Amino acid sequence: MFRITRKRALHETITLMEIEAPYIAKKAQPGQFVMLRVHEMGERIPLTIADPDAEKGTITLIFQNVGHTTEDLKSLDEGDCIRDIVGPLGKPTEYEGAKRAAIIGGGLGTAIAYPQARALHKIGVPVDVILGFRNKELIILEDEMSKNAEAVYIATDDGSNGRKGLVTDVLKERIEAGANYDLVIAIGPLIMMKFVCKLTKEYNLRTIVSMNPVMIDGTGMCGCCRVTVGGEMKFACVDGPDFDGHLVDFDEAMRRSRMYAEQEKAMMQLRHICKATGEVVG
Amino acid sequence: MKNMSLEKTKMPEQAPEIRNRNFTEVALGYTSEQAVEEAARCLGCKNQPCVAGCPVNVRIPEFIGKIADGDFTGAYDSIRETNALPAICGRVCPQETQCEQLCVRGKKGESVAIGRLERFAADFAMKNGVLDKEPPKIERNGKRAAIVGSGPAGLTCAGDLARLGYEVTVYEALHTPGGVLVYGIPEFRLPKALVRDEIGSIEKLGVKIETNMVIGRVLSLDELLETYDAVFIGSGAGLPSFMKIPGENCNGVFSANEFLTRVNLMKAYDRENAETPIVVGESVAVMGGGNVAMDAARCAKRLGAKNVTIVYRRGEKELPARLEEIHHAKEEGIEFMFLTAPVEIVGDENGWVKGMNCIRMELGEPDASGRRRPVVIEGSEFFLPVQTAIIAIGQTPNPLIARTTEGLSIQKWGGIIADEPTGKTSKARVYAGGDAVTGAATVILAMGAGKDAAKAIDEELKWSIELKK
Repeated sequence: MFRITRKRALHETITLMEIEAPYIAKKAQPGQFVMLRVHEMGERIPLTIADPDAEKGTITLIFQNVGHTTEDLKSLDEGDCIRDIVGPLGKPTEYEGAKRAAIIGGGLGTAIAYPQARALHKIGVPVDVILGFRNKELIILEDEMSKNAEAVYIATDDGSNGRKGLVTDVLKERIEAGANYDLVIAIGPLIMMKFVCKLTKEYNLRTIVSMNPVMIDGTGMCGCCRVTVGGEMKFACVDGPDFDGHLVDFDEAMRRSRMYAEQEKAMMQLRHICKATGEVVG
Repeated sequence: MKNMSLEKTKMPEQAPEIRNRNFTEVALGYTSEQAVEEAARCLGCKNQPCVAGCPVNVRIPEFIGKIADGDFTGAYDSIRETNALPAICGRVCPQETQCEQLCVRGKKGESVAIGRLERFAADFAMKNGVLDKEPPKIERNGKRAAIVGSGPAGLTCAGDLARLGYEVTVYEALHTPGGVLVYGIPEFRLPKALVRDEIGSIEKLGVKIETNMVIGRVLSLDELLETYDAVFIGSGAGLPSFMKIPGENCNGVFSANEFLTRVNLMKAYDRENAETPIVVGESVAVMGGGNVAMDAARCAKRLGAKNVTIVYRRGEKELPARLEEIHHAKEEGIEFMFLTAPVEIVGDENGWVKGMNCIRMELGEPDASGRRRPVVIEGSEFFLPVQTAIIAIGQTPNPLIARTTEGLSIQKWGGIIADEPTGKTSKARVYAGGDAVTGAATVILAMGAGKDAAKAIDEELKWSIELKK
């Protein structure tokens, strides 16, 4: 059992949790993730480690309630326990040779991009951070990012935070302005990563993306998380989750991510019906 | 009096048309009367050919004699002396190619039903609280052993070392111990409550099991060696093989590992309570001919698929699955398409499987495995419409430990290189056994390897224990 030591709402739908997990905290590196199961009959889901603290023996997870498992997770409070957490899984991100980096975070992807910015900053690589959100209310981790970046650029879909537009617009502008990046790390919705990669390919600019497909075991056992990279089958859990973005088949990944959409919808509907009738759901 | 019937006493089963809609156990086990009746078929041969056929050398005539005498607890205790998991082995061992194959009664008629009797003794013990008894006090020898993986190999090694006085910790990557016994083999063939109880009986010997511990990530093998005197790797063969044909990433294509893990470990068959989803179409194809393929096909049928077809590139005679599993599958309405191989999985406009382009094969000369090699018949292409495709063509060892450990030699195909029978690897104080060494094989062979390694570890460490005294 893994005890929650701190819980903070970053937004109505985005929650930060600090959890006691000394083994994981000691080993976790940027890019790695955990698999967790909230309760005995729950699903196993992957969540990227946002902030490990080896000294305190805790890890921080930032998640958005998008389905029944994240909804259950959100319902837990400080002092409550999560049934199972295993990690750190996956390969750590490789920054080798980077001299100037742009980190792109889309929505919740910002939480996953944050440890990347911090790690690069720590080894002395100057970083620009470009974040994209639907609107002003959804902006997270702006201050944390600022501390680790030369500059933070924020774009919102509706323009409620000044700049209206997409992260790709900002990135293109920065490149054209001579930012001289030799590494781009893009983390966010598949569609965002796809278009970032399309853009950086034009500039032949090395781009790492972090894939977050459906997983069950997270240790290379089921192949559920397979992704086509450069025409080859890869398992995101053990070969990734980071891949060369220019080689990833994003269209296939988007299709695969919707495999259980109907089941998820049915389960959420069931819950809402039960909420309406006041019945207790397991 | 000996029972000279040429046939085994029949074991009651759920009727095929009933059981192919539920996940409760297919075979129901002997009653006491049936067990005594069957036990009376054993001639109690002096030279005990059956024992030599058992990878863990269960004293077969001895325990069967006790059943014949009505001493069921005594029979269980006798089995437990050499086999830590009798309820499991009684159900999933391929007795027909091991102990029962060597049974004298089998020369004329059917062999004694050794597996069914083992199962009976174990079930009797469980039902009657024999497992709850306090185990004998074991004197600790001050040595510590770590076991990687809580499948059949690891559990057996752990149990044997604990009995010898070792302080043993088992590290399991998943959230539940049991390895393939819980993620792979379905509930209707091996009830999970029973696996839990047998693992519980090993824990009673003082074995500690730590779940959610992926060795190679959470802790490295070298870190284990810092705190343990010896390490046994029984991490199994968990890496699924794919066919490397176009369309394998279509939605609705599963590795057997994924399909079975969703159904068994995550209990997707119990959708009222379990939250892990599964999608099964009206028509399902399962590629492969082993026990895993049979398990996947029978699960798919139980999950509501109308047509389930095993697609196998060789002939019926070449099927590697146990005869009993093939028989059960056929009874349950699983169809078999022999000498057929898919060459492409075809997706619809949304990327979901709508069928497979297949070709027919014929058998040519024997290959390296001694089985006749399938050869393509030109112009035999045809389309097989299915909405779900499950690939059950084999598994290889997970490379995580090999990749993260210096000095551990592995085969080209990923198996850890270990001496026979000791399980000694190229790295000092590290032993390995089971599917991690052999590639996917059987529960009992893994148990045998775990047992041999426990013995070898003790041989190696005993010297220093004695020195300390």
